[in-house]
Amino acid sequence: MGSTASTLSKIPDVETLMQETGFTPAHMVRLYDRFKALDKERKGHLCPQDFGAIKELAENPIGDRIVGAFFSQGQETLDFHSFVRILAHFRPVDKDRPRDPNVPEPINSRSNKLKFAFQLYDQDKDGKISRAELLQIIWQVLRAMLEMQVTEEQLESIADRTIQEADLDRDEAISFDEFRKSLEKVNIDHKMSIRFLR
Amino acid sequence: MIPRVPFRPAPGHRTLMGRGLLMFLIMTLILGTILPLGASSSPDVSSRNGQDNHNHSHRSQDHEGKHHDNKSRKAFPVLEFDYQHVRIPFEIALWVLLASLMKLGFHLIPRLSSIVPESCLLIVVGLLVGGLIKLVGESPPVLDSKVFFLYLLPPIILDAGYFLPIRPFSENLGTILMFAVVGTLWNSFFIGGLLYAVCQIEGANLLRVDLLSCLLFGAIISAVDPVAVLAVFEEIHINELLHILVFGESLLNDAVTVVLYHLFEEFAGVGTVSVVDVFLGILSFLVVSMGGVLVGAIYGFLSALTSRFTSHQRVIEPLFVFMYSYMAYLSAEIFHLSGIMALIACGAVMRPYVEANISHKSHTTIKYFLKMWSSVSETLIFIFLGVSTVAGPHQWNWTFVVMTVILCLVARVLGVVGLTYVINKFRIVKLTTKDQFIIAYGGLRGAIAFSLVFLLDKDHFPDKHMFLTAIITIIFFTVFVQGMTIRPLVDLLAVKKKQETKRSINEEIHTQFLDHLLTGIEDICGHYGHHHWKDKLNRFNKKYIKKCLIAGERSKEPQLIAFYHKMEMKQAIELVESGSGAKLPSAMPSTISLQNIQPKKPADRALPQLSKGREEEIRKILRNNLQRTRQRLQSYNRHTLVADPYEDGWKEILLKKKKIELEKKISQMNNYLTVPAPPSDSPTMARARLASDPQAWRVKPDTDNVPTIKVDLASPQSPESVNVVDEFGKRGGQPQREPEGEDGGLTMKVPSSSGKAPTKADSDDPREQQRLMRCLSDPGPAPDEEEDDDEPFLP
Repeated sequence: MGSTASTLSKIPDVETLMQETGFTPAHMVRLYDRFKALDKERKGHLCPQDFGAIKELAENPIGDRIVGAFFSQGQETLDFHSFVRILAHFRPVDKDRPRDPNVPEPINSRSNKLKFAFQLYDQDKDGKISRAELLQIIWQVLRAMLEMQVTEEQLESIADRTIQEADLDRDEAISFDEFRKSLEKVNIDHKMSIRFLR
Repeated sequence: MIPRVPFRPAPGHRTLMGRGLLMFLIMTLILGTILPLGASSSPDVSSRNGQDNHNHSHRSQDHEGKHHDNKSRKAFPVLEFDYQHVRIPFEIALWVLLASLMKLGFHLIPRLSSIVPESCLLIVVGLLVGGLIKLVGESPPVLDSKVFFLYLLPPIILDAGYFLPIRPFSENLGTILMFAVVGTLWNSFFIGGLLYAVCQIEGANLLRVDLLSCLLFGAIISAVDPVAVLAVFEEIHINELLHILVFGESLLNDAVTVVLYHLFEEFAGVGTVSVVDVFLGILSFLVVSMGGVLVGAIYGFLSALTSRFTSHQRVIEPLFVFMYSYMAYLSAEIFHLSGIMALIACGAVMRPYVEANISHKSHTTIKYFLKMWSSVSETLIFIFLGVSTVAGPHQWNWTFVVMTVILCLVARVLGVVGLTYVINKFRIVKLTTKDQFIIAYGGLRGAIAFSLVFLLDKDHFPDKHMFLTAIITIIFFTVFVQGMTIRPLVDLLAVKKKQETKRSINEEIHTQFLDHLLTGIEDICGHYGHHHWKDKLNRFNKKYIKKCLIAGERSKEPQLIAFYHKMEMKQAIELVESGSGAKLPSAMPSTISLQNIQPKKPADRALPQLSKGREEEIRKILRNNLQRTRQRLQSYNRHTLVADPYEDGWKEILLKKKKIELEKKISQMNNYLTVPAPPSDSPTMARARLASDPQAWRVKPDTDNVPTIKVDLASPQSPESVNVVDEFGKRGGQPQREPEGEDGGLTMKVPSSSGKAPTKADSDDPREQQRLMRCLSDPGPAPDEEEDDDEPFLP
């Protein structure tokens, strides 16, 4: 317990951070240790190269997108606060949260999780997943299967069909609401939560 | 010969006639069962005598030469009655037939089968048959443990293991193991210990029951039975999580039961158990469970490897699957390892690889055979339970039996509540009180417990009969009381039911995307969680294992592509069949538009022609898609089989797509015909439809309406019931539902005018089409159509 307290004191603004994200002190310490471990050059912040050093992430087909999600708006540095805020999306949902309309939704609510995922799809940040973006996603997801026997034609057909299924207002792109609707049967709370971040 | 018209509940006299016929058959069969058993005792003597005479006379003939030929020569028997030499197979066949007819019979009485679960009805039938046999004076056959464990149980377990939904199972594995291992241990010791305490009470006259016997009894009775659970849970359509929890627990607790059983049985003779023995018991548990899984996995790999080379001998492919699995079970049983776990492991391991390798027909065969065998097995087990109840020597002891029942319930509830409290600390999706209740209530006992008690040695366990009585009471209690009431309780508590999901390609893509996302996040956090290991396993699988176990280039097909191919191909077939008059919207591949293919038959109207180039493109695409689509999608359901596009769901899809096409054209064309009303259900149509439909759908009785079959190809669940919707009512040309409702998942409608073979249905004219359908509703030579696996559909 002593080390927790001392580590906690090293983190600036830890109280507000914990309140904002809902992490417990133990979580914060763990994340802080991880942050420092990733920050090999002890800069005090992370840059994309640090993420690149994680081996498994490099093998991940959407690894670069994930890294891109951390560094928003073209920034090159990531401080601990932003690091934690992004990871807070993956905290399991608190079932007993009182539905207070005045309090903004916590970061790990279902719709915020979906928004985060949507941002990963929507690279140009125009609020819609266009056909081209979808094509790219599908290609990257398929690339993970260690095989490239997919033809352009097939990719395009899949993309077409996907859009056709989800697109309700017929604008040839998937907006956030359509995205959410197409996933309403999937248990997002479960699929987008990491047990560690309890 | 039963007339070709099946027992479709038709209005009026047909129902009565059908039912009457069935009742007649059943009565005949029951009588037929009794009579041979009775006959076997009396003509036994006479036929044996007859045979002796024969032999004797033969011998004497040989000895005494020719002049005996004239003397003791009997008239040549034109008709003989020799029952003895077919006795055993005859009786077995008779029982199986009886069981199957029972199953048929129950569904003729729809009210009954919706209130009372099938297992209860079967037990009652068993009781009746047993009673009848006893009336005749014979001793009814008892469920022989050897027959049960070696012949009746494996098909059910294999069916369960082969179609086990791996994803929910592995996600909840921790919870399942906790319930199976810790829960069963808790149950056994609690029940055994408290029963011993009860037995010590003076007035109960049970002092002779020692601790070890009680513990053994507790161990046997505490195990949740997979057969009973399957039988009951299948009918209540509960949500996937609860289903897999209870079912998984019933499968995995076999290891615990085996160890405890052998442990207590071994030492019941000796009388005491030392600490070393306890330690050895724990070790034995690990060996039994891990060993069972290992044996199963080895046989699974062998089977997968074998299936790689069967491309020239397609016919025996299913045989390999069955034999390897059975061998796995038997091999595990040789070493007293857990046969059930071996079987589950074998089925689960070999399935992805075998399915990629075998032909489509073999796949269908395996599916059907497994369902058939497991169904028959289950029916037989329950009937025999009933018969054995009448047969077995009973020893009723009020205290013992009542206490057993009470203790079982209490132990189960306490166990579940306690374990859930602990488990919820580690789960993301917590188990609610309702879930706990269902889990506790769903802990049914069944025939495995009965058979285990039956195997006990009477010398070591003088109270065997009392145990038997108690176990039968418990089984009856759980199956009847809990089985019957669980359905209304589920409705009352508004427990989440199984979702009728139509897995759309959106979900498929997004789910995979999210998997990768979570894996990435876990890597960033440095946390080796569930996704991390799953990802590693997948990589390993793809890099090494698939290469060696799957033949040829099929190892490289990603699941997404396979899924997509399947959907597209289906759509392609349908559109070719229906032959639309307009260019299709973006549903089809953008480079191809499946315009109207020119039919061979002269049509009444002039239809737009396809250019040669287009046609070639279409054929190429179809050919490629048909060859490439290999991966089959998950289906998990015991009593119903999910349709495959190759199978006879075509006609449904075909007509469904026709509907979509017509609806689409509404918005695009001005001069559009209204949606045709279906023709009335002519016998030809009905016969074609039903004759070509091998699947045992439980079609709800409704004749002139259009049944809508919601079938899901991709999700682990598939709907069991056929929803009947009167689609064609008065709504005429309006779209039957919103476009977004018909996703890539399949909602197929079976209008009554269904044709069978893929035909060149060409025109928009509804009458024309129906006429064509009618012409082609005659099935014709089956092989023709089935061979189209690898050939283009277009001529």
